[in-house]
Amino acid sequence: MTLHMTKTQKVLRFMGNNTVPILFLIICAFGIPLSGYSANYLVSEVIVRIARNSFLIVSLLIPILAGMGLNFGMTLGAMAGQIGLIFISDWGIAGIPGMLLAMIISTPISILLGWWCGKILNLAKGREMVTSYIIGFFMNGIYQMIVLYGMGAIIPIRSNALVLPRGYGIRNTVNLIGIRKSLDNLLTIRLFGIPIPLVTFAVIALLCLFVLWFKKTKLGQDMRAVGQDMEVARAAGIRVEHTRIISIIISTVFAGYGMILYLQNIGTLNTYNSHMQIGMFSVAALLVGGATVAKANIRNVFLGVILFHLMFIVSPMAGKNLIGQAQLGEYFRVFVSYGVITISLVLYEVRKKRDRGLAGLVLAAEQEETV
Amino acid sequence: MTIEKLTSSVKGMVTSFGLPRVIIALFLLVLFILAPFVGVNVGTSLSDTLNRFGMNAVMVLAMVPMIHSGCGLNFGLPLGIIAGLLGATISLQVNIPGPTSFLLAMLFATPFAVILGWGYGQLLNRVKGGEMMIATYVGFSSVAFMCIMWLLLPFSNPTMVWGYSGSGLRTTISVEGYYLHVLNDFLSIRLSDHLLIPTGMILFFALLAFIIWAFLHTKTGTAMTAVGSNPVFARASGINVDKIRTLSVVMSTWLGAMGILVYQQSFGFIQLYMGPFYMALPAVSAILIGGASVNKASILNVVVGTFLFQGIVTMTPSVMNSMIHTDMSEVIRIVVSNGMILYALTRKTEAVR
Repeated sequence: MTLHMTKTQKVLRFMGNNTVPILFLIICAFGIPLSGYSANYLVSEVIVRIARNSFLIVSLLIPILAGMGLNFGMTLGAMAGQIGLIFISDWGIAGIPGMLLAMIISTPISILLGWWCGKILNLAKGREMVTSYIIGFFMNGIYQMIVLYGMGAIIPIRSNALVLPRGYGIRNTVNLIGIRKSLDNLLTIRLFGIPIPLVTFAVIALLCLFVLWFKKTKLGQDMRAVGQDMEVARAAGIRVEHTRIISIIISTVFAGYGMILYLQNIGTLNTYNSHMQIGMFSVAALLVGGATVAKANIRNVFLGVILFHLMFIVSPMAGKNLIGQAQLGEYFRVFVSYGVITISLVLYEVRKKRDRGLAGLVLAAEQEETV
Repeated sequence: MTIEKLTSSVKGMVTSFGLPRVIIALFLLVLFILAPFVGVNVGTSLSDTLNRFGMNAVMVLAMVPMIHSGCGLNFGLPLGIIAGLLGATISLQVNIPGPTSFLLAMLFATPFAVILGWGYGQLLNRVKGGEMMIATYVGFSSVAFMCIMWLLLPFSNPTMVWGYSGSGLRTTISVEGYYLHVLNDFLSIRLSDHLLIPTGMILFFALLAFIIWAFLHTKTGTAMTAVGSNPVFARASGINVDKIRTLSVVMSTWLGAMGILVYQQSFGFIQLYMGPFYMALPAVSAILIGGASVNKASILNVVVGTFLFQGIVTMTPSVMNSMIHTDMSEVIRIVVSNGMILYALTRKTEAVR
């Protein structure tokens, strides 16, 4: 294979590898002027959303490293985080201690769910994504059973603000007034009039550093090996199944923390909806940032959050100004979120097939030379 | 000795039928036995179950061609449903009342189903091995795309568009005066006050099921099965694998379109916008409950599965509600249907493709 490429080839290759981010840049370039929002407003909104969402998206990175694709099972972690939040709201523990306690409660639940999810994904090698996606739905049923029927009946919940009037089950929306923005408002500075939640950013930076460090550890290297080729990794003495389960557990635990961070910013918990949407939005944002099913890094996370949420903020207004219906913009952004995931998945499969074909051609050429 | 023989034969039956199916069938049986004791009318329940069976069976049948050709479970069913919705809305726009409108809806839906199915098939041929995940998202994004279209397409029949703006379709459109219950009422048999058999709807399903069964026994149908069980062997015997796969996807999409029309004529409403979003999951789990796997399915699986699944969906709310005064049916439905899909996805023997 020749390694020389002309300039146009290089440009085409770059475009081919970054189709989705480029597509998004174009959408945003059209949408921003149409929406008529000021730059100041957009920047402050985007900063809020980076603080709100990036932790959740980073939690997707480690299963990708282990070759398990996009972990749609992150909703399991989100459920664990929500259960933690329900308990601290009941006990009336506010502020940072409340958040920490919610995290502590969510951890064992996340570990258990992650372990179970990893076990099942080991039974379904080669179709982890669709399986983890269905696991999310399945656990949603169990979550509803526990929260809607168990809490207040078997699991003691005292607060009347939480329990439905019928005496058991948690209300549709839970007000998280106690921990609302407690982390965001701990230390903020204003830059050109835009508030920046420093502590939240510090926490996210810490997590990013952890992920970078983790990739260099023995376990991280094992995961990379498992992700590249399970059989080779097994031959090298790596416990493949064990490693895969650990990657899912780590992802689930982080997703739980991420959900707590996300909800402290929003301030209200939609008990039966919040966790279902979060998986789709996080996956879409990561893919918008140029990640693929097999390769993702921190840069993809932040580029993705910025581009995806920029589109999200401007599209209802742009739809209203363009056609006169804000509803249209709302549908448009839903369509784009799903469309992006579809395009990324298709491109990934097509590329995988093409690379396999290329590898075959190279092999054939080599064999011809030796003969 | 005889007891040993009996237990071993029962064990054999259970393994061949699949443990989860046995549990679900027993659960349904218990529900039917319990029903009269808690004051639920068995006749009503049975007729509800039959009705729901007829409503959903065609959509479950839409899984069969794609499973046969090795494209996996058709999570992209919403695409077929959209073709059906386009047929239904155009038929109402043409505004010919009565049963003719149903024929028109079928007629108008067909070209959309063929075109969409062809494109969808071409896409799936390029992503062999990753069909199911991509099918899911093709379904989702097409539903989201059509949400925009329902707002923009120039429909004008006053029964369909929003009253105050005069444009953009409503979220639910009544088919009363058009094809409400055309199949349900055709030759329907009333056995008692509570038990009504929707003969026409079941006959329609039987007709489609027979066509699919007959098709699978033709030369092309056998080729389809060959492609599904061993694509390399199929190619070696001179079958155009991609063409057969595309054909199966077109068939599945068309059946999905017919399925939603049958559903609408019984339900009474056309559900637009996010309506078709999660419709694939019940159909997928129904065929799996019936004994199908990710790469094997028969018409019998469709019949058994739809009956069991819809039976549970109908029976749990009424029986549970009168027993413990709590409606946990939604939760049970979610757990059973998704649990069944998980079970099928994790079977070792079927994981090798």
